[in-house]
Amino acid sequence: MDFFKRHFFVALSAVLGLIIIAYVGARGNLQLVFGVVVPYMAALIFVEGLVYRVIQWARSPVPFRIPTTAAQGRSLPWIKRDLGEKLDNPADTPHLIGRMALEVFAFRSLFRNLRTELVKDPDNPEGARLIHWSYKWLWLGAIAFHYAFLVVILRHLRFFTEPTMGFVLMLDKVDGFFQFFTPAVYLSGVVLVAAVGYLLFRRITNPTVRYISLAADYFPLLLILGIGITGILMRYFFKTDIVAVKELAIGLATLHPKLPANLSSLFYIHLFLVCVLFAYFPFSKLMHAPGVFMSPTRNMVCNNRWVMHVNPWNYPVKFHSYAEYEDKFREPMIEAGIPVEKEQ
Amino acid sequence: MAKTPTPAELLPGLSYKPPEKGWMDVKPDFRPGTYCNPASPKWMEWINYPYPAARSIPEDEWALPQDWKEIVLQGMEDRLNRFRSLKLFFDICVRCGACADKCHFFLGTGDPKNMPVLRAELLRSVYRRYFKTIGRALGEIAGARNLTEDVIKEWFFYLYQCTICRRCSLFCPYGIDMAEMTLLGRELLASVGLNIDWAMASVAQCYDKGSHIGAPPQAFKDMIDFLAEENERVTGITTTPSYNRKGAEVLFVMPSGDYFADPGTFTMMGYMLLFEHIGLDYTLSTYAAEGGNFGWFISHEMGKRLNAKIYAEAKRLGVKWILGGECGHMWRVCNQYMSTWWGPVDFLEKPVSPITGTRFENAAVHKMVHISEFTADLIHHGKLNLDPQRNAHIKLTFHDSCNTARGMGILEEPRYIINNVLPEGNFVEMPPNTIREKAFCCGSSSGINANENMELRMQGGFPRANAVRFVHDKYGVNHLGCICALDRATLPTLLEYWVPEVGVTGISELVGNALIFPDEMERTTDLRDRDLVGFGELAEEAGEEEE
Repeated sequence: MDFFKRHFFVALSAVLGLIIIAYVGARGNLQLVFGVVVPYMAALIFVEGLVYRVIQWARSPVPFRIPTTAAQGRSLPWIKRDLGEKLDNPADTPHLIGRMALEVFAFRSLFRNLRTELVKDPDNPEGARLIHWSYKWLWLGAIAFHYAFLVVILRHLRFFTEPTMGFVLMLDKVDGFFQFFTPAVYLSGVVLVAAVGYLLFRRITNPTVRYISLAADYFPLLLILGIGITGILMRYFFKTDIVAVKELAIGLATLHPKLPANLSSLFYIHLFLVCVLFAYFPFSKLMHAPGVFMSPTRNMVCNNRWVMHVNPWNYPVKFHSYAEYEDKFREPMIEAGIPVEKEQ
Repeated sequence: MAKTPTPAELLPGLSYKPPEKGWMDVKPDFRPGTYCNPASPKWMEWINYPYPAARSIPEDEWALPQDWKEIVLQGMEDRLNRFRSLKLFFDICVRCGACADKCHFFLGTGDPKNMPVLRAELLRSVYRRYFKTIGRALGEIAGARNLTEDVIKEWFFYLYQCTICRRCSLFCPYGIDMAEMTLLGRELLASVGLNIDWAMASVAQCYDKGSHIGAPPQAFKDMIDFLAEENERVTGITTTPSYNRKGAEVLFVMPSGDYFADPGTFTMMGYMLLFEHIGLDYTLSTYAAEGGNFGWFISHEMGKRLNAKIYAEAKRLGVKWILGGECGHMWRVCNQYMSTWWGPVDFLEKPVSPITGTRFENAAVHKMVHISEFTADLIHHGKLNLDPQRNAHIKLTFHDSCNTARGMGILEEPRYIINNVLPEGNFVEMPPNTIREKAFCCGSSSGINANENMELRMQGGFPRANAVRFVHDKYGVNHLGCICALDRATLPTLLEYWVPEVGVTGISELVGNALIFPDEMERTTDLRDRDLVGFGELAEEAGEEEE
């Protein structure tokens, strides 16, 4: 099996294996394990792992101020910069916050994305030329996926509180605005699955992206696809006892876990995949989420020449001092009429 | 030396389709013309670098020290603890591939390991194997692999096919910067004695004598004096610089490329004419005779060892502030590293232009001003008497140097100068996706502008040259302007190869051409002795095309 197949099928088998484990567990009277123990463990691993990883990063200092300056920098007062430029090359903290907000909420850098291709051009002596054009599909796929996922997660809060929080109800309404099916179809769910599908499709069909992809790239996509599909199945096709789900969720949230009897296997599969996602999060590339906040090329003010940056481990180095230099070249320097410190 | 294929031979073989074999099983092909020679032990001994030895790549003689593996892994751990960037960039990449077709080396060679994401994986895979539980346990399927001699050779091959230009970091959704990983990876290679000769020779010479070109003080003075004579010959204006003069107001530091070889030398002539024009009280230093910093291409420490001379010399000479010439990586280093390395610069004053009174607030702590800022300010205040017609024979496009663009943000200043020293309509931009912060690299920066890797250099510079070709064909552009000495050293070769009709010029050279002095002689040529429009051959051939 080649590199791609090995990595893809390992990820696929892992997700299928997880589904089978949850199914067998639910069928084999292990509801307590899959309904209570695993969710608590996953939550614990998620929180502790996240904190641990962020602390691990934070323990290493940022020795140099190395922002990527993505526009004209602060310069002479008459060189005017528009807001976009001030955000892409922030000279102060408010603009830096703006830059980070754009990065986090709008995926600014990815929005810049281009596609470059080599095309035949008989007019060129070398027979070809490069063309560059703005390419927003990856940005669109990514942003659709992340926002849909966010809405889905927020919507699920309705299971955790009684009465359901106002904004969650609102979100529910907006999300289910298009009523072409009963129950109302949540747009977020559809977008989530479509976007994950696109990202997966792209990863498999784009030769260069497939070449660099590892099992760790397919696994989260397949896992989230599994979560999305089981969720959709439960809502629209194999109805689940919502009251029982809410009972379980509130029990878990209030640390008084209760195990309702009539939860379907499908629900346990869904829940288990979610738990795996949470537990997997801190040890995977999904850490890009907290990581982007700590990225030194993005989260630093571009003020290198007017605010000193201190490197905590800065140490003195041996350099060729002027005195050594003059000792070496004194004679020719005097001969050439270059001033010296010591005339011999 | 390997024969470099012609452009027409190079392009048909170019494809971005990756090979069938997985990347972990593909070994680099050390074909002559695609790699730099390992450093001669002599240079390494000069600067006390570890494990100097005679090495040869064709003979597969790498002379790694016995405990090379421990050294590299220990070095990696050490750097993970000292650089958050490294740890973070190793951990958070999602391999989305947005960086892939942003790298000029990938676009020029089609080698998938030149996609920044995969170049980073070359290092990251070793990190996973030795520093991550999952990598230790699962090996290849977790993207981890053993550190072997082959891996080291692969690092040597590909980390010197990255010019630290940071174009990838601009497009990365998390700002992952290959330049940072390349620099630290090169440090790891250096820790087991692997360096490239071109960079190492420059570093050793600069450390010992004062500049990359290894000119001792008297030779440095000779070269500058010669350029001053050239200025006098062409313009009739005496531009006598001073050397190591205490009490001058400004220390001027330029990259050695500006006084060493054409066309950089014309930029140097331009600087001197400008300073003469405004009566600047400045001095040059034979000791801090290098603004560029090849040391930084080898390690952060070596960068500091070379850079320290600039502040030390400014302190010794008692100048008020420092003015820096046109150079790309010099300014990335001076902007983002210099004051952090040195500490508080309390012996200098906040830079103030003695001509216009402008306070350079953006250099208040660091106390070093970029020549383009300085010149733009002079023009803005009407302090320069300029005749743009003297540049009428030049149809220009401007190449933003990677480091001043993405490591500083100097984009408008040079354009402002250009628009004031060229006749209207003589400046055209290249396509927007290839300039400013999205500029393509010259393909030969970061110490790889050697001769033995010429094929690689021409491939790496292809995206840049291709954009130049576009404006040449469409608008008749005949000059590529830049504010970088490495550009002036490498782009002429690149353009000679891809677009031979286009020459390379520094921006200060254009300023020098355009300056009007009250007591000058009649100007009939530019600083390069080429006829001005309306004079000599150009008068007779009026209306015809310049050859």
